[in-house]
Amino acid sequence: MNNILVFPMVLPIIVGVLLLFFRSNPNIQRWCSVLTMVVVFLISLWILEKVMNEGILRLDFGEWAPPFGITFVADAFAMLLVSTASLVSILCLLYAVFARDERREKFFLYPFLLLLVAGVNGAFLTGDLFNLFVCFEVMLLASYVLMTLGGEKKQLTEGIKYILINILSSWFFLLGIAYMYGTLGTLNLAQLSQRIAEAGQPPLLTTISILFLIVFSLKAGLVLYFWLPGSYGALPTAVSALFAALLTKVGVYALFRFFTLLFYHEPSITHTIIGLMAIVTMVGGSLGAIAYVDLSKIAAYNVVIAIGFILVGLASHNVEAIQGSIYYLIHDILVKGLLFLLIGTVIYLSGKTRFHQASGLITNYPLLGWIFLITILSLGGIPPFSGFAGKLLIGQGALGAGEYVLTAVAFLSSLFVLYSLLRIFLNMFWGETSIRTQNQIPLSKGMLAPCLVLAALTAGLGLGMDVVSPYVTEAAHVLMNPELYIEGALNNE
Amino acid sequence: METMITLVVGVLVSVATYLLLSKNLIRVVLGTAILSHAVHLLLMTMGGLKIGSVPILGDHVDTYTDALPQALILTAIVISFAVTAFFLVLVYRTYQSTGTDNLQQMRGTNDE
Repeated sequence: MNNILVFPMVLPIIVGVLLLFFRSNPNIQRWCSVLTMVVVFLISLWILEKVMNEGILRLDFGEWAPPFGITFVADAFAMLLVSTASLVSILCLLYAVFARDERREKFFLYPFLLLLVAGVNGAFLTGDLFNLFVCFEVMLLASYVLMTLGGEKKQLTEGIKYILINILSSWFFLLGIAYMYGTLGTLNLAQLSQRIAEAGQPPLLTTISILFLIVFSLKAGLVLYFWLPGSYGALPTAVSALFAALLTKVGVYALFRFFTLLFYHEPSITHTIIGLMAIVTMVGGSLGAIAYVDLSKIAAYNVVIAIGFILVGLASHNVEAIQGSIYYLIHDILVKGLLFLLIGTVIYLSGKTRFHQASGLITNYPLLGWIFLITILSLGGIPPFSGFAGKLLIGQGALGAGEYVLTAVAFLSSLFVLYSLLRIFLNMFWGETSIRTQNQIPLSKGMLAPCLVLAALTAGLGLGMDVVSPYVTEAAHVLMNPELYIEGALNNE
Repeated sequence: METMITLVVGVLVSVATYLLLSKNLIRVVLGTAILSHAVHLLLMTMGGLKIGSVPILGDHVDTYTDALPQALILTAIVISFAVTAFFLVLVYRTYQSTGTDNLQQMRGTNDE
């Protein structure tokens, strides 16, 4: 048994519930939640190392042997994402600690952030379809609260749209589960994969797969991203960074799991549709990113573009492209968290939400300016930073699969990413300074530190490719060979 | 029996769709509640509506009733209960701060 697998989900829940009793003591709330995430991060690194040495790990809850019980299955892909997600949550929590939004802190900001992370980690780890739904709901309920916490008018009206669209997509999720159970009689992912392979994925199952595609596209913001810019714009900085880094990525994770483990028999239908959706997403995201002058809208559309880009790898469906997608997924979790922290900081410091309303910030806050430049370069995929490897591999994989249009759109979208963010940089950071030194809001070191760490990580991930590549290779290997996952998730020795 | 329940599900979904498309927020909330009822019924129907057998698969029994869908529905009901409760509170709070329950009047923000 590998009871340790449960900790990335259970630890945040336990601490989150305990923290409810310390409402009047913000310091306990702050540091306990940061400490919890540090512990979760270390545990997940340890599990990742164990997975690399011993193969796929599994935890059967209550000793119910699969496929009868609920299982947690840890393969390299899941553990890479759990580790990265925990790391980003540490930094976002630190930012929240130093941002001192006491009104929200008093109303259980930290417990709900922890519950959100618990749902995300659970979704990455679970080996059961219904449990995936439950983890999604844990994550979503926490996100509903975080979305509306603070009760500003914009948050409330955007919150209603966000909740409504997610209730609808959860409904589709349940619908898919019902059909899946009706046709295949099981909900264990590994056994589903076996049975789909036995049946050879007839049209009925392909139709059900499209249903799941819709569900996860809504969560990931693939084509169905219309809810995303508005709701992310209404959030406080640390929360929006965590949302941008994690929430859409869980949808992407589910898409990867479903279309490499379960529905990989009809790529001419499903993966072609994913490819088309990726194109539409990248085009729409690019147009959005250059159409708006509002900082948070531009950042939100950059999330959308990245989702399209990652799914180019899934649409191409070969080892190189999948490897590229995993690289890019890890990179994107880190760097989108960073981007939203920076945008939030810039709005806080300048007091302006549009980029032509302020200028010359680099004179006032030089370090912040340089970090912003690094973020832009990293997002654009310029070599020394972490975006490069993912872009290169996805490009190679897509060309190898003969997806020329997809490759062209993907790399054009990178130019739009660069253009949209450089526009912010040139307008806000360069030129005559608009803030006089005596009016300057001091930037606390605590708020800058998480950004600095994330920037160092994106540079480190780019330079230290050799450290990460065995993990990514292993993750892609398991994704491309479903029988390995089935073996790991079902065998009873 | 399965066919009839499926028809009921269809009726519920159409009612819910009608409610979801209206402008009044309370109707929208009711729509989501009915929508979740519909899918719970569907989950139950998908497991097969059998009665009179034990819910255990063993060596000595030929027929058995599938107990899993009921466990699934129970979980799904609890979740949809929580979501509906939260949604109702949010709608009331929004009504308090915007002074309207009409979705049309909540559109967008006046900053663009």
